Amino acid sequence: MGIEKTTRYTLTSLRRSFSSLVSWPARPQQKYTINKALTLLLGLSLAGCGGGSQSVLEPAGAQAYRIEDLWWLFFGVTGIVYLIVMAVVLIALLRSRREQKRASSDTQPDLTPDQQSEKRIGNVIKASVGLTIVILFLFMVSSFRAGREITSLYRAENPLVIKIVGRQWWWEVEYRHDVPSQNVTTANEIHIPVGRPVRLELESTDVIHSFWVPNLHGKKDLVPGYKTSFIFQADEPGTYWGQCAEFCGHQHAKMRFVVVAESEADFNNWYTAQQQPSVPPSTDLEKRGQEIFLVTTCTQCHTVQGTPANGRVGPNLTHIASRPYIAAGSLRNTEETLAGWILNPHASKPGVRMPMNTYSNEDLQALVAYLKSLK
Amino acid sequence: MKKLQKAAALIILVPLTGICFSCKREERGFQVEPPAAGRTEAKQMSNLQAGEPAAHPPVHNEYEENAYAMAEGKRLFSYMNCVGCHANGGGAIGPPLMDEKWIYGGQPEQVFATIVEGRPNGMPSFRGKLPDYQIWQVAAYVRSLSGQVPFDAAPARNDDMHSKQPENSLDTAGERKLIINSGVPPSAEKPQ
Repeated sequence: MGIEKTTRYTLTSLRRSFSSLVSWPARPQQKYTINKALTLLLGLSLAGCGGGSQSVLEPAGAQAYRIEDLWWLFFGVTGIVYLIVMAVVLIALLRSRREQKRASSDTQPDLTPDQQSEKRIGNVIKASVGLTIVILFLFMVSSFRAGREITSLYRAENPLVIKIVGRQWWWEVEYRHDVPSQNVTTANEIHIPVGRPVRLELESTDVIHSFWVPNLHGKKDLVPGYKTSFIFQADEPGTYWGQCAEFCGHQHAKMRFVVVAESEADFNNWYTAQQQPSVPPSTDLEKRGQEIFLVTTCTQCHTVQGTPANGRVGPNLTHIASRPYIAAGSLRNTEETLAGWILNPHASKPGVRMPMNTYSNEDLQALVAYLKSLK
Repeated sequence: MKKLQKAAALIILVPLTGICFSCKREERGFQVEPPAAGRTEAKQMSNLQAGEPAAHPPVHNEYEENAYAMAEGKRLFSYMNCVGCHANGGGAIGPPLMDEKWIYGGQPEQVFATIVEGRPNGMPSFRGKLPDYQIWQVAAYVRSLSGQVPFDAAPARNDDMHSKQPENSLDTAGERKLIINSGVPPSAEKPQ
């Protein structure tokens, strides 16, 4: 990747940002390969979990585009300022070396002030202070305008309402329905239709968490005892990772979730499937698994709709087999990880609220078979 | 110079000893079973027994020295709805847990057995509802309510508003100086 190319791109997006400051054109939806490359470089550490992206620089909605523009503007301007400062420091260093060499021959350095250069230095300082003020003012105006554009969507009518409850260390996701039995409760996975505004109502049951899907919107805190909400919209279908962005305890890092933006039809299919009560077990193994589930510790915390299990402390497991991840996006949902998780969740997520459990091999196999049948 | 050395040694050693003593309190034993684990179903609840008294070595619940385990016990105390009957230790339709009176014994293994087995007149059995190690955590917390655990490990101030003293500022059950929740300050208890 050539530096000149990067610079050119940075300049293009700078120009775009500046022009958008003045005229508010519709945001160009071009795809820059260089953007991808840069994003990859910058977000390498974040893109750890396969599938889906988690980056401010791959926006998937109008609001996220504004945030990206702002990011590039700040990056470009501060980058240029950084380069200028470094250049000036370098020049000063080289000059002082030259002066030192010259001074070593003389015994007495000349310390009388040079009026001409004093004046010049004064002018330079005045100019740079002025420039700094102008730049900061520019930043202020641009972030104000970006903020205004982001919040303009908050007035959207008839949004899809989703309640998000932050818990140590996972996310409860609830789609409310007028008929309470038709509510959908799931965990760590938010399905949304593309092109429709979504209002999130955020709550917390324990400490302050922060909801952040970089591809879609900025952060929003979940405060215990206080409801917060915001509206966002995804314009491009895809899978976007989110992460708790406010330190909330031992497993803060493994408090992730995924936002699946899909077409209206796909979303409706998913929603209807989630509204159904759990699938009754069909094989003998699954039946045995359900029996174990219902008589052991599981039911104290977990709900499986259509069975007596109605714990409200842990994630709702009615359709756990339909979720690609368990343990708040930190483990793939396979038979092996499920079994390991049930026996000793602290091995992969120390301190998690789920306790260690003791099951015989046969019982564990049956339990996992039952959970895997909950499509 | 000697003095300086001594002072330096003191400055280094004193915090170090502090660290050594406080390890156990702070250790987060996510995967540690208490040494006394295992069902204690044949535990004696009173002094009455047939034949010669047998020696029962007291069970030592290590969770009572660990702040994390007791904080977990405190969480479970409300998760499992112990507060529903025992309130926050003061008792409601269940007996209070913060005084020195125990109906079925106040030793760790007795509290454990009471939780596992349940007791007549209302106390349900929690057998199979919690893994044993979590019951030991609850038992440790229950004993902290009456100040029977080391105060440096007992739960401190709550995050939310609470009407009672934090568990770590209770005196031991036998020689209690404060009358919790009576509203009478200790200085007014015995008029001069």
